[in-house]
Formats: sequence, structure tokens, C-alpha cells
Amino acid sequence: MSERILMKGNEAVGEAAVRAGCRLYFGYPITPASEIAEYMAYRLPQVGGIFIQAESELAASNMVYGAAAAGKYAMTASSSPGISLMQEALSYMAGAEVPSLFVDAVRGGPGLGDIQAAQSDYFQLTKGGGHGDYHLIVFAPYTIQEVINIMPIAFETAFKYRNPVVVAIDGLIGQMMEAVEFPYFVNPDEIALPDWALSGKFRHGNKKNVNTSLELDPEKLEVINWRLQAKYHEIEEKESRYDYVGVDNPETLVVAYGTVARVTMSALKKMLGEGKSIGLFRPITIWPFPGKALAQKAANAKRIVTLEMSAGQMIEDVKLSVFDPNKEYEFHGHPGGTTFTPSEIEQILRG
Amino acid sequence: MTRNVVAAGFGGQGVMLLGQILALAATQKQLNATWLPSYGPEQRGGTANCTVVVSDEEIGSPVVDKPMYVVIMNNPSMEKFEKMVEPNGTVILNSTLITLEPKRNDVNYLKVPANELAEQAGSQRSANMVMLGVIGWLWKDIFTLEELEQAVVEKVGDKRPQLVETNKKAIELGYEFAKNLI
Repeated sequence: MSERILMKGNEAVGEAAVRAGCRLYFGYPITPASEIAEYMAYRLPQVGGIFIQAESELAASNMVYGAAAAGKYAMTASSSPGISLMQEALSYMAGAEVPSLFVDAVRGGPGLGDIQAAQSDYFQLTKGGGHGDYHLIVFAPYTIQEVINIMPIAFETAFKYRNPVVVAIDGLIGQMMEAVEFPYFVNPDEIALPDWALSGKFRHGNKKNVNTSLELDPEKLEVINWRLQAKYHEIEEKESRYDYVGVDNPETLVVAYGTVARVTMSALKKMLGEGKSIGLFRPITIWPFPGKALAQKAANAKRIVTLEMSAGQMIEDVKLSVFDPNKEYEFHGHPGGTTFTPSEIEQILRG
Repeated sequence: MTRNVVAAGFGGQGVMLLGQILALAATQKQLNATWLPSYGPEQRGGTANCTVVVSDEEIGSPVVDKPMYVVIMNNPSMEKFEKMVEPNGTVILNSTLITLEPKRNDVNYLKVPANELAEQAGSQRSANMVMLGVIGWLWKDIFTLEELEQAVVEKVGDKRPQLVETNKKAIELGYEFAKNLI
């Protein structure tokens, strides 16, 4: 077993990325994600990696695009307003099918908003965010250990499907500390260079690679888009992840992800101990949304309670997936950076 | 076994460090631990605070709205956190600086002259270590005094031997004070 250490969430993001094989980080600081860049600036030189403090979010995200187009694990991290500025690069990468990893420590919005934990960027993260018909693959871990466990999977999934991936945390996960362990260390030299990588043509025989989102012929672009859609359908089939804690076929089904799911665990365990018919469905990927699994768990539920640190975004996917107008849908939210407390959730769940 | 504590005070009184050391000591005992700080504008108005949860089970919420223990270092924090403690919980208050009278009769109060004891140890700045010692006594089933002191050295380093000595002395004074009080 690897050693257990007490580590801050943002630093764990950095260490996990390094251990997953990432040696290229391009960043621009923003609260509450700055420590990720700070940690990478300290850590990457130790392992022969490169850290660049860019002049803006636009520059950082396009540096990621360039580095990733060369077939290497590259990443950046920011928080909501910064991620908004990076949407152009994300759309281009989705179009050019260049895989990369973005970490979003979501904070209260809209606009500059505040710097506390929030989940109000669910729409932006899961529905595309930038222009064009595309999806990002979005992981939403709920503990620091899960951030660590997900990081190598996130990079592998990005490269498997040639698509940008987001690991969505929030200010709370980023700023807190927890006892964690790192059960892996991937040697980046052992990660095979993909055959689409821009690495000098002689490395792939005489094959010329072009990674671009530009296609001026509309008929060809339509073909490309249908191919992209087929890829997204495959991702929806194969890559959705969730966790479920509770009784089989609960009367009350709670749906929450990230920090809200974790705060819910305390009240949930208490009520399960009392023999209540309740369960927590926790999407680990918010795109692809684990809709089929949710519909199964919700089959006998009378009451479906969605909890989010937003004014109600994921609840749309909950309703679309369960697709039963006879059920009672309940939403409770905290938009703006305040967090649910365990007592508040207990009160909600007890009705 | 699950314990939680909220530590609150002015910026500079070391409540964040106090919480981190508790979480570190628990981690070294192979327990689960979370440390959740207040950050940004939450801290304005003299109530920098952190929440520590220690458990031999998986930790649910790192957010705690009814803590079992609170360590309160100043008056603004007394106003904010005294009312949060769960019934039968424990309020450990810094009686050197807190002039507000306790308001509840369903919680236990431990009045610790933290700054005075820290002064005796060598520096008023170690008032947080006095409080760490008090918790050390209250949580003696989790870690020993020596294990807490080790966690302090690991966290703040041993480059300034005099500081290490002052901190150790402060922890011991807090530990002894709590032992004699309870």
C-alpha cells in the first residue's frame, strides 16, 4: 500500500496529474484553483516536465491545444470565469479531436460571481459550452481521493476518444485537506505516441498529420459532424459512471454529485440506519450522464430529490432520463457559493 | 468513532494550523481526516475558521454545522460559533481574550487562559498550541501527547529549535490544564 498523506485538494490534483503521466502544464491563476498552478510550477521541474505561466486564459488553453496536438498529456486548470474564456480552445480541440485535460474548480457565478464552491456551470460543462455540436467528457469526483483515482482514467479516456476531458471540482474540494494515497505512478515514456500526433512526419513513416477543426466544404463538415456524433453516442454507451448508496428500489431517490453528494452522505447513512427506504444516486461522469442507470434506480421511486449548488441544472437531465411525469420531482439548490449543511439536507430528506 | 471540531479566531492566531496538525496527527494514526478551511471573504470580521473531522470510518460530510467541539479564540468567533455547538458539546474558549459571557446551559464550557499559558511557555503566539494540548487531553483515546508533538514538528519544521521547545511546552501546559480541570 502506498503511503497515506494529508494533502490539499488542489495540490492533489497536480500530484495526481504528474503521476498519471502529465508533464505539460499551461496555466493562468484564479481563485480557487491557483494552487494547482502553484503546485505544478514546483513539481514539474522535478520530473523533467514543463510549466508555463501564460499571459491569459486564452493563451493557456491554446498552449494546451498545441502541446496536446503533439500527442502528449497536457493540461490546464482554472475556475468558472477562466473556463468561460477557454471555451474557444475547447471547441477547437473537440473539432480537431485533440485530447486534453482541463480542471474546473467551479465557483459562484454568473460573471465574476464569487470565489466559493458552486455547481452552476453544469450546463456549460455538459452541453458543449463553446460553439458547435460537441461534448466534453466531464468527471465530477466528490472526495480528494476520488480526484486522485480518476485522474489517470480521465487522461486515458481523453486519448481513447480523442476528446477534451474536464475534471470538475469546486472551491471546497480544492481548498480542503484530506488523508489520501496515490496508488500509481505512470512513466510518461511508456505512454505510446498516438499515430495522429504532430511529431515530425518521419516518425510515422511518411504520413502527414493535420489536426484541425477547419473544413470549408459543408458536405464534408456534415460527414465529420455525424462521425463526431457517433463517437459521442459510443462514449454515452461505454463511459458513463455513477455510484449508488442505499436500498434496492428506494421510495425516495436523491440525485446529487460532487460536494453536495458528499454532504448528503452523512444524512443518508443516518436515515438508512433507521431503515428508511432511501438511496443516493451519484453521477461520477456528468457527461455522459448515467441516465439509463438512473432510470433503473428510479423505477419504483415516488419522490426524486435533486440537490445542486446551482439554481437547478442537472435536474433537467434527471427528468429527461427518468421520463415519468407521474413521479414527484423536488429540487433544492444553493446558487451563489453557499453550501448545503448536513442538517439542512437531513431536514429536506425527511420531508 | 467520529469526532469533529471547529476552530475559530482572528487571522494570525493559528487556528488553521491547529486544525491541520490535528488532521495530520490523525492521518498518521491511519485514521481518515478532513480539514476544511474558511477562505476568501468568509474570513473577514475576525472569524477565520476551519473544520476538522477525524474518523475510523469513511468520512461523509467535511462540512459540519453542529460541531461536537469548538475552539474559540476571540469575541467575534464566540458570537458566531457558540450557538452552533451541538447539545452536550464542548466549547473550549480562550478566557484571556474572550470577555463575552457564555450564553448556553446545554453545553460544556472549558475556559482556558490560552494566551497566559502560552506566555509561560515562552510566547503568546503559541496560544493555539495550548488549545491543541487541551484537545490532546480530550481526545487522548485517539493520539498521545507525543504523537501530537511529533505532528507539530512535522508540520512547522525543526529549523528553529527554540520554537519547537516553546510549542511543546505550550501543548504540555494545555494538556495539563485540561487534565486538572476535568
